[in-house]
Amino acid sequence: MIIRRAPDIRSSEITPESVYVNRRQFIRAATAAGAVGMALGPRALAGEEAAQSQEIPARFARMTSELDEPLNTYEDVTTYNNFYEFGTGKADPSRNSGAFRPKPWKVRIGGECNRPGEYDLDDLLAGVTLEDRVYRLRCVEAWSMVIPWYGFQLSTLIDRVEPTGNAKFVVFTTVVRPEEMPGQRAPILRWPYIEGLRMDEAMHPLTLLATGVYGMDLPNQNGAPLRLVVPWKYGFKGIKSIVSIDFVEEMPLNTWKQQNSFEYGFYANVNPNVSHPRWSQARETRLPGLFKNHETLMFNGYADQVQHMYAGMDLERWK
Amino acid sequence: MTAQRAVLALKLALWVGALAPGIRLVHGVLTGGLGANPIEMLTHWTGMTALVLLMITLSITPLRRITGWNPIIRLRRPVGLFAFFYALAHFGIWFVFDMVFNVRWMLDDIAERRFITVGMAALLVLVPLAVTSTRGWIRRLGKRWGKLHRGVYVAATLGVVHYYWLVKADVRLPLAFAAGLAVLLVARHPRFAAPRPAPGGGRSAAQREEDDVDAERVRIG
Ligand code: HEM
Repeated sequence: MIIRRAPDIRSSEITPESVYVNRRQFIRAATAAGAVGMALGPRALAGEEAAQSQEIPARFARMTSELDEPLNTYEDVTTYNNFYEFGTGKADPSRNSGAFRPKPWKVRIGGECNRPGEYDLDDLLAGVTLEDRVYRLRCVEAWSMVIPWYGFQLSTLIDRVEPTGNAKFVVFTTVVRPEEMPGQRAPILRWPYIEGLRMDEAMHPLTLLATGVYGMDLPNQNGAPLRLVVPWKYGFKGIKSIVSIDFVEEMPLNTWKQQNSFEYGFYANVNPNVSHPRWSQARETRLPGLFKNHETLMFNGYADQVQHMYAGMDLERWK
Repeated sequence: MTAQRAVLALKLALWVGALAPGIRLVHGVLTGGLGANPIEMLTHWTGMTALVLLMITLSITPLRRITGWNPIIRLRRPVGLFAFFYALAHFGIWFVFDMVFNVRWMLDDIAERRFITVGMAALLVLVPLAVTSTRGWIRRLGKRWGKLHRGVYVAATLGVVHYYWLVKADVRLPLAFAAGLAVLLVARHPRFAAPRPAPGGGRSAAQREEDDVDAERVRIG
């Protein structure tokens, strides 16, 4: 029995898929296969275009995170998330995103780079290889999932557009389409949603631009057709439905920090030692579990790969 | 329809209406119909139901004055008790699943998080009210019963503050509750509460409070 594993990425090296023979994993794989089977059941398929037209590829039945954590089901990943553009409830994005049209799609790239312009998403994707990346997603609200994203490293895109020496930060912007995004019809947040990364964070090999999940196109509710995934940061950094990427000199004011700077910062690194003012970040509910008894790991378990970027920084202050 | 029957019908409606959210939640838990994070749904809907029932409790006295139909007062205690039990379940779910039975974590959270602090205060205010809602206590406390039970205004206010403080961005619904609460508090004010206070002839707030207690007693009698 050969078990393929999701790649375990370090900043120094990118490990190719390792090959495993392990009885315990085999048992878990069998369970995961069952879970995927369930996700493909009639209930999951209802109203789920992506799953209707494609089947979840078999390779996911055996996949786990590098910490041997099982994947959350396709159904969980696509019916429970925050995307305020479609409403503030966790089921709102999957319910209210049917009218959203992610194709065709253009991304405007600008600011401090040598090759600015309006790029067709298909052209951007023509030169890259899409790959599975199994990451933990830790929401600032203290729940978490393990998700097999599908996408490419942001660094490959950044290299192609050649940022200048003045580029210190990257700013991302979500599309504004109140006609298709009912949440945007009310001033819940100041639209458009904006997020940013420091240049070294953006270039980090863990940082992903995702176009899919479970090997299939991103459903609208998960940020189709292009979203950011930064696994060592709280989920709100993972901006969805990106229409522009700008290279700038100054640290941008991201949406949640603008909304409430006492509670959310620019860095938003997962940190069990720095509480959110309204709840502890030391523990999380690992869905579909019921109890908030899963210990939160520093940098969401990616400390080895990322902590060097924050050496000497007061993480209490730069939260 | 006699008043007796009308009250009975309303009580039936109350039981059905107040039990429905609970039954739906239990059904959802058993069938897996609450989505990926059932605990969040349980917390959300028990909290919401508790708050709505508290607001209904508060609106019964003004309704009685507006309609002049006294028997409606007999719904006040059962609605209030339902509100209490939802709040208790809400707390229980938080203690079991979020705090994982850890009293130390619970105390830390109550001390450190202001929305939990006021939520806890709201629940604690409701405890003596629920305990003294029996016939025996109404008889024993006499006029003081009404005064004690004004605590429900305190609990509702704390409940609304709790809700306002816990939402992340969209405060429209908490503000709607706050507006509703403000209307109910104003409606309680003697100037608005007595429709036509003849000079010297209007009933004092204390007098009305006693009437309320009397109404409860009529029920017992
Ligand atoms: C009379 C007492 C209370 C009332 C009326 C009340 C009401 C509410 C309401 C309306 C919500 C919002 C539901 C939502 O939108 O998700 C809520 C959420 C919540 N309440 Fe309460 N509550 C009360 C007491 C408590 C107590 C005693 C605790 C814990 C000690 C508590 C903990 C919570 C938590 C953890 C949430 C969810 C917060 C979140 O989603 O981030 N509440 N409550």
